[in-house]
Amino acid sequence: MSADLSNSYGGAPSLASLLDRSLYTDTLDCVHCGLCLTSCPTYRATGRETASPRGRIYLMRGLAEGLLEDTEVLEEEAFLCLGCRACESACPSGVHYGEMLENARSAIRTEQAREGRLPLAAKIERFALREIVPRAGRLSFVVSLLGIAQTLRLDRLMMKVVPARLAEMMALAPPVPAAKDRCAMPPLTSAVGERKGRVALFEGCIMSEFFGRVNDATRLVLSRAGYEVIVPEAQGCCGALQAHSGDLNFAHDLARENVRAFGDDLGDIDAVIVTSAGCSAALRDGEAWLGESGAKLAGGVRDILEFLDEVDLDLEFKPIAKRACYDDPCHLIHAQGIASAPRRLLNKIPKLELVPHANPEACCGAAGIYNLTQPDMSKRVLSPKVESLAAAKPQIVATANPGCAMQIASGLEEAGVNASVVHPIELIEQATRP
Amino acid sequence: MPQREKPSKPHLESNPGAASSPESLLGDRPWAESCEATARPASAPVELIGRLQAIVGRENCLTRSGELFAYECDGLTLEPRRPLAVVLPETTEEVAKVVHACREFDIHFVPRGAGTGLSGGAHATAGSVLIECSRMTRVLAVDAEDRFAIVQPGVVNAELSTAIRHLGLFYAPDPSSQQACTIGGNVAENSGGPHTLKYGTTTNHILALEVVMPDGSVQHLGNQTGEMPGPDLVGAFVGSEGTLGIVTEITVRLTPIPEAIETMLAIFDDVVPACRAVGRVIRSGVVPAAMEIVDRRTIEAVEASVYKAGLPKDAGAVLIVELDGSPVCMEGEIRTIREACNAEGCQAIELARDEEERLRFWRARKGAFGAMGRLAPDLYVHDAVVPRIHLPEILEKIGEICDRHRLKLANVFHAGDGNLHPNICFDRRDEDELARVIQAGEEILKACTAVGGVITGEHGVGVEKRDYMHLVFNPEDLEPMYWLRESFNPDGVCNPGKLIPTTRFCVESNPKARGYDEVPL
Repeated sequence: MSADLSNSYGGAPSLASLLDRSLYTDTLDCVHCGLCLTSCPTYRATGRETASPRGRIYLMRGLAEGLLEDTEVLEEEAFLCLGCRACESACPSGVHYGEMLENARSAIRTEQAREGRLPLAAKIERFALREIVPRAGRLSFVVSLLGIAQTLRLDRLMMKVVPARLAEMMALAPPVPAAKDRCAMPPLTSAVGERKGRVALFEGCIMSEFFGRVNDATRLVLSRAGYEVIVPEAQGCCGALQAHSGDLNFAHDLARENVRAFGDDLGDIDAVIVTSAGCSAALRDGEAWLGESGAKLAGGVRDILEFLDEVDLDLEFKPIAKRACYDDPCHLIHAQGIASAPRRLLNKIPKLELVPHANPEACCGAAGIYNLTQPDMSKRVLSPKVESLAAAKPQIVATANPGCAMQIASGLEEAGVNASVVHPIELIEQATRP
Repeated sequence: MPQREKPSKPHLESNPGAASSPESLLGDRPWAESCEATARPASAPVELIGRLQAIVGRENCLTRSGELFAYECDGLTLEPRRPLAVVLPETTEEVAKVVHACREFDIHFVPRGAGTGLSGGAHATAGSVLIECSRMTRVLAVDAEDRFAIVQPGVVNAELSTAIRHLGLFYAPDPSSQQACTIGGNVAENSGGPHTLKYGTTTNHILALEVVMPDGSVQHLGNQTGEMPGPDLVGAFVGSEGTLGIVTEITVRLTPIPEAIETMLAIFDDVVPACRAVGRVIRSGVVPAAMEIVDRRTIEAVEASVYKAGLPKDAGAVLIVELDGSPVCMEGEIRTIREACNAEGCQAIELARDEEERLRFWRARKGAFGAMGRLAPDLYVHDAVVPRIHLPEILEKIGEICDRHRLKLANVFHAGDGNLHPNICFDRRDEDELARVIQAGEEILKACTAVGGVITGEHGVGVEKRDYMHLVFNPEDLEPMYWLRESFNPDGVCNPGKLIPTTRFCVESNPKARGYDEVPL
């Protein structure tokens, strides 16, 4: 397996040469002002300059300019980064940190593979992200196995015998939904009443396995709002997790498949609706990843909450008498600048008391599969999130990304906070049910 | 203060023309020792590293080359210096132990906060260990009744205000980097900010300090009442740029949040009439909380950034005036300001509609420096003060200097107190341009001091302006500063090479020694 994977890096640029080119130019946007520091969860946790966006960029620039030879620190710190991109929301200079991070990670992994020193964890991660996650059949099979284990309570038993690290990973997995929530979506859902438009739904890999109910709620609300919803069959994984892990070329391949699946020109589709913030952020990178050929799909992407907020939503909302917090997924607020739309929508629901909590825009530590690859730091980042939510005493926590939902739910459970974690669209669906 | 042998009275020399040239700058000062005395080790002794690791823990003692590389500069990227090691203590005791260990191995040390300073005050002078306070982030006590808080030095300025907002209080000094800079760093630099005009600088808000002295002892200066008999040692410490010791606990004065705040934007064709309007406001007797001017190039940069606030891009300059206090006074004051601006031909005056818009204006103003990263790879944020009356002419002069050197200039400044920030955008990889930036910077300082101004308002002297001190002070003036430092920091082991020009030898042997040690800044 390892030989196989190492070969597949062939032809990609080396760390030095990549840093020389586009990445190096990007580092020049940073004037070292430091306004990003406090937005960075890993800087806050460690106090280390090297664990901050400014520090990481400085290391990239130093390597590219030949002022620094040692790549070891950047190799570590680049992967300790959550990729939450909160620094982009703080950066007055407009540094494209997320993009730079992906490029740097890709260059690092390429270099490590070429030199035959790719860490074992990275090999396993790559295998899973190439061979399981983007392949619906295999992912479904693995999730089914997990479901069986959970039903038989084997997971708890296994946790006692497997290494602690693996046990932690299993504890993070949410309950596998019932089979009816994991079956394929109908390819076409007609609009209720007068048809206002036609949209395509992007399902996502983890979303359709663990959060089929969110996709279904989305389909129903769109249909009630007058939109015909199609679910193109050939669509696949968005490539976000692969890009974050430093497997950029593979992510680009996945993006290309999606461009084909949704039609090069999107045809008569008004928008491509996405229910996972991580996926919508990655799909929006289409132009940066693929150039012009990815621009059309990227331009058509709308997060479901953004879309519903933009269109003239002519629906009657029934009350939900609950106390709720909305927590911003990083890839919605920082990567896409969407913060007020979800709150405006939730505020339409009568009697739903939306209460603020401290730092809703701070990362929860899920960060894709970061909670699996960097469990210690992930927990350190999660703990202030759980504290601030617990202080607000919500009955419901709404968040718009599958990773965050799982992470926050596991954090709340561990802290003994009794609140259900849902996607805002589930509340909207419930409130607009005829 | 520990008992120390009194230094002998320095040999004073009468030399009226002393400030005119670097050679005569230091005269025969007894402290003008040779550069050679400053030769420092190139790496940290292995035993010292072991000791430091034992004090702060292995993960909080950084020694790998990549780690040291990231710490080679603060907000001033020119003149980087790699430290021997970086330690991140969490308590006063740890800081004291680190200082003891460094002393034992005769290694210099430099305190550092968030590294947002703009004069290189936290650069690791050759052969020193950086003591980074970013993990000392606890608010130790808040007393709403007596209005003070005790904080560790790594507490972020803006976060202190956030933490006490529910008590109706805030911490008044608001440097533009307040979302990242630390209170400890603010004490070192005596930081100002837009609201300095009404509330004063950091020194007006510091009641007491706990410091680790350069000999490793822990001392307490001042008192939470703000009253203390004897010389004002807190005052001496604030603004000493970390050359007297390391602040480990700070008692700050808290201020009640004003009852009402109004923020106005006055739009002008050019910065010069905007400056004249500022003069008129001040003459009227109204004391606004802040009066800030941003010029066209700054507006362009900010409006392209995440901090955009809808400032008019076609304006030559925007004057931001903030009033706070009792709502009953507000109406009359607003009228006075309108009249002053109209008299100088302002195009329009807008009032912030709500709190959200007001905060947006301020975020735009405070993000301005970083936003200039959009204009060029590097930015030289200059800092100088002139008497307000000279603002219009000095701005013209600065524009002329930058034009002559073919440099891109953006002005954003605290007009109310005459504190200028001419920002020069450049590319440090272009050596010729870098030389012109340095030349222009020097000419700007000379122009400011020629009209009775000073070389820094709030960014400090650090390494950047150390050798420009002679523009403001003659050797007799520098003498007491030297002896003050000597009494706290007798061997110059704490943050050496900063603030006070040191060696005649260096200046003579290398006339380009405009920064610390050898390389021109």
